[in-house]
Amino acid sequence: MSGVAVPPDAVVVGAGIVGAACALELARAGLRVLVLDAGDVGGGTTAAGMGHLVVMDDSEEQFALTAYSVRLWRELAPSLPPECEFDPCGTLWIAADAAQLEAVRRKHEAYTARGVAAEVLDGAALAACEPALRAPLAGALLVPGDAVLYPPGAARHLLAEACRAGAVFRGGSRVDAIRPGAVVVGGRALPAGIVVNAAGAAAPELTPGLPIVPRKGHLAITDRYPGLCRHQIVELGYLQSAHEMTAESVAFNVQPRRTGQVLIGSSRELVGWDPATNRAVLGRMLERAVHFMPALAAASVIRVWTGFRPATPDKLPLIGPWEEMEGVWVAAGHEGLGITTSLGTARLLADLITGRTPAIDPAPYAPMRVLSAARRHG
Amino acid sequence: MAETAPRRVTADVAIVGAGPAGIAAAVRAAESGARVVVLDEAPRPGGQIWRHTTRGTLPRGARRWLERLDASGAQVLSGASVVDADGPRLLAQWRGEPLVVSAERIILATGARELFLPFPGWTLPGVVGVGGAQALLKAGMPVAGRRVVVAGSGPLLLAVAAALAGAGAHVAVVAEQAPAAAVRRFAAGLWRRPAKLWQAARYRAGVPRARHRPGVWVTRADGDTTVREVTLTDGRRTWTVPCDLLAVGYGLVPATELPRLLGCRIERGRVHVDEYQRTSEPAILCAGEPTGIAGAHAALVQGQIAACAALDRPAEATSLLAARDAWRRFAARLEATFAPRDELRTLADADTVVCRCEDVTLGRIDASWGSRAAKRYTRAGMGPCQGRICGAALQYLFDWTPDRVRVPVAPATVGTLVHAAALNTEPQDPS
Ligand SMILES: Cc1cc2nc3c(=O)[nH]c(=O)nc-3n(C[C@H](O)[C@H](O)[C@H](O)COP(=O)(O)OP(=O)(O)OC[C@H]3O[C@@H](n4cnc5c(N)ncnc54)[C@H](O)[C@@H]3O)c2cc1C
Ligand SMILES: Cc1cc2nc3c(=O)[nH]c(=O)nc-3n(C[C@H](O)[C@H](O)[C@H](O)COP(=O)(O)OP(=O)(O)OC[C@H]3O[C@@H](n4cnc5c(N)ncnc54)[C@H](O)[C@@H]3O)c2cc1C
Repeated sequence: MSGVAVPPDAVVVGAGIVGAACALELARAGLRVLVLDAGDVGGGTTAAGMGHLVVMDDSEEQFALTAYSVRLWRELAPSLPPECEFDPCGTLWIAADAAQLEAVRRKHEAYTARGVAAEVLDGAALAACEPALRAPLAGALLVPGDAVLYPPGAARHLLAEACRAGAVFRGGSRVDAIRPGAVVVGGRALPAGIVVNAAGAAAPELTPGLPIVPRKGHLAITDRYPGLCRHQIVELGYLQSAHEMTAESVAFNVQPRRTGQVLIGSSRELVGWDPATNRAVLGRMLERAVHFMPALAAASVIRVWTGFRPATPDKLPLIGPWEEMEGVWVAAGHEGLGITTSLGTARLLADLITGRTPAIDPAPYAPMRVLSAARRHG
Repeated sequence: MAETAPRRVTADVAIVGAGPAGIAAAVRAAESGARVVVLDEAPRPGGQIWRHTTRGTLPRGARRWLERLDASGAQVLSGASVVDADGPRLLAQWRGEPLVVSAERIILATGARELFLPFPGWTLPGVVGVGGAQALLKAGMPVAGRRVVVAGSGPLLLAVAAALAGAGAHVAVVAEQAPAAAVRRFAAGLWRRPAKLWQAARYRAGVPRARHRPGVWVTRADGDTTVREVTLTDGRRTWTVPCDLLAVGYGLVPATELPRLLGCRIERGRVHVDEYQRTSEPAILCAGEPTGIAGAHAALVQGQIAACAALDRPAEATSLLAARDAWRRFAARLEATFAPRDELRTLADADTVVCRCEDVTLGRIDASWGSRAAKRYTRAGMGPCQGRICGAALQYLFDWTPDRVRVPVAPATVGTLVHAAALNTEPQDPS
């Protein structure tokens, strides 16, 4: 590729799923794009994530971005190669008791009112569609438009498409610093009018002031048990586990892989970058899974791993210009939803950079909100 | 915390693996009065070499060790796989239930596994490992009248060829990839060694000299529902041999997952140990094949040394050190003689399956990736065997370093891992 000789219009730092998606949108918008990653594509948090493409309603803004993004994924689905393992399995939000079923009904209203198809299942209907779940459960909300995919496969595909549209990827290139109009790699400044910081949980290392912290999660994957689990199944309490920035929490969240394997989540911890298995947290997470799906107790686990969600204080990603430094844009801080929201993020960012009108209001995700919030508090 | 506490065992010495190394360690420690527990995932003690259904068919020396183990007072838990470990504690799955073992000292004697190098046709039915063929023989597989090719590298080839011939198979050829000159030098050196492992003369008796072909290797296997013919080469000439069983293996690789999980230092694929089999981690010792491939006799000596050191009586091991050092030198020669030749790296073609669990072909893998990326992009090494088979082959083919070890080191049920935290807590009073 000769793209490096001519200085790029935009340098995207980070080839996780967010950086890969941004590179694709920017290249399609006609920019000369250079993507740099310290490792290779999809090797960061993206390699550790679950790949649930999910509409979530923790806040109005979260709903808007996730619903928009899931729609973009569904549009893309027919063109995804098998390595992306796209599976339109839908989500079941399960209600353990009558009170939670009430909450499921409210959730149903919220989703349908905003144009996202959803259906309330009673206990019997739930048992019929997921026979391995503990009985009796009160019911569930089925969101049929949700899906799952294999995140590193998807990141790799998006980056390959970006390169087909003219972008250039350089792996093994750690960016030491972002300067106005340039990035510094191995002591050399590479000029770029636009720099997109898509370094995930490491983004604050390059753009000091970004309020992103690593939020650790464990996952466990089983051997193959086709049919044991048919939808992504999440307990209603998951939202709370994700919302409250407590030191430690677990929630029942299981995912069927196309291979027949079951991916078991999820946990959240604030312990910095320590990747070691926390056996107490792992134990509680698995216990929660067995509590809802007793048959899992006998399922064989072949591997356990951890990953770091890039978490922000208000649970929303940072997408847009970083006005503290000329030419710097941010696409980071997607916490536990970055696989889902990568596509919406990339589209919004490209809209803002090229002056197109975004399909959803970008203001809630503007990175500068964190500074104004800090100034308000300070 | 989990509602029901897992079963706990405490001991002075816990030993993982009941092959020759683990057995010798257990016998030595228990006979000196220590409380010893031995965990092995196999249904009965003996390890790779002594795992016969009936002890009657074992050599006398092996029977002696197994009888001493029975009488030693060591608690032997067969069918217990160790799935997680931290410090001197182990989490095992035994009879489907979690078991937490706490010990003053741990001796890791997890042995080795066979190295498979992929070539076109290696996944056909009728193609088995050399060790696999032997295991099948020990389990009573009928081979009388079958036409067999034995290929690959190392002393095991002749041992297995002899056993196959003894069971009535027709061994068409034993293809040893190591060059003839190297094999001759190795064999000559054996007369000056205490080595019993490779009793070349005796093994040869079962296989006529003319059929033992050093400097020859398999380039492909062909067949329909099963292997029908094997293509061999000596680098100049290529020819085919009809057969209905191909036993092929390129020697052994140390099983180091558990030592790595525990943080033990690894050097050139082996667990680094000091003079007394102590690893870099306090309270953790290692004996047998994880420290280097040297055979069952070496494993027996190392196991005894490890037991003495584990009981803080290293002086009692002094008389064994010279023998162990001789075995170390033997291991080095073994490795040098039977190192796989470079030509073996290029046998597999784009359609050859390299990861059997996930059905990944070589053509999908890029040499520049490394183990982690290969997993991520193709699932190679992600299946139930967790790279125990394809991992070593990919490392050899591409000079990759292994990916980090993760919990569990052997498949464990969700129900067992629920109790993982018990590894980090003191046993409760059973009141
Ligand atoms: C356990 C777990 C489960 C999850 N489940 C889901 C789910 O079901 N659905 C969902 O939507 N999301 C999920 N997520 C969240 C999702 O994985 C993340 O939000 C997403 O992967 C973030 O992508 P990213 O591209 O921002 O970051 P990353 O994937 O971390 O990419 C950042 C890249 O930047 C590179 N980089 C960093 N610093 C530098 C530098 N100085 N120079 C050059 N390169 C650099 C890194 O090498 C890396 O490749 C989950 C996360 C975890 C941990
Ligand atoms: C397939 C094969 C066939 C062989 N055939 C011969 C032969 O015919 N002649 C010969 O001289 N040599 C043979 N060898 C070599 C011989 O086995 C070794 O030299 C000798 O057995 C080494 O003894 P060891 O105690 O170090 O290991 P091993 O005998 O391999 O014993 C290790 C034990 O550890 C157990 N183990 C490993 N991990 C765990 C875990 N996580 N939890 C619980 N248990 C665990 C295993 O089940 C095994 O029983 C063979 C080796 C292999 C791999």
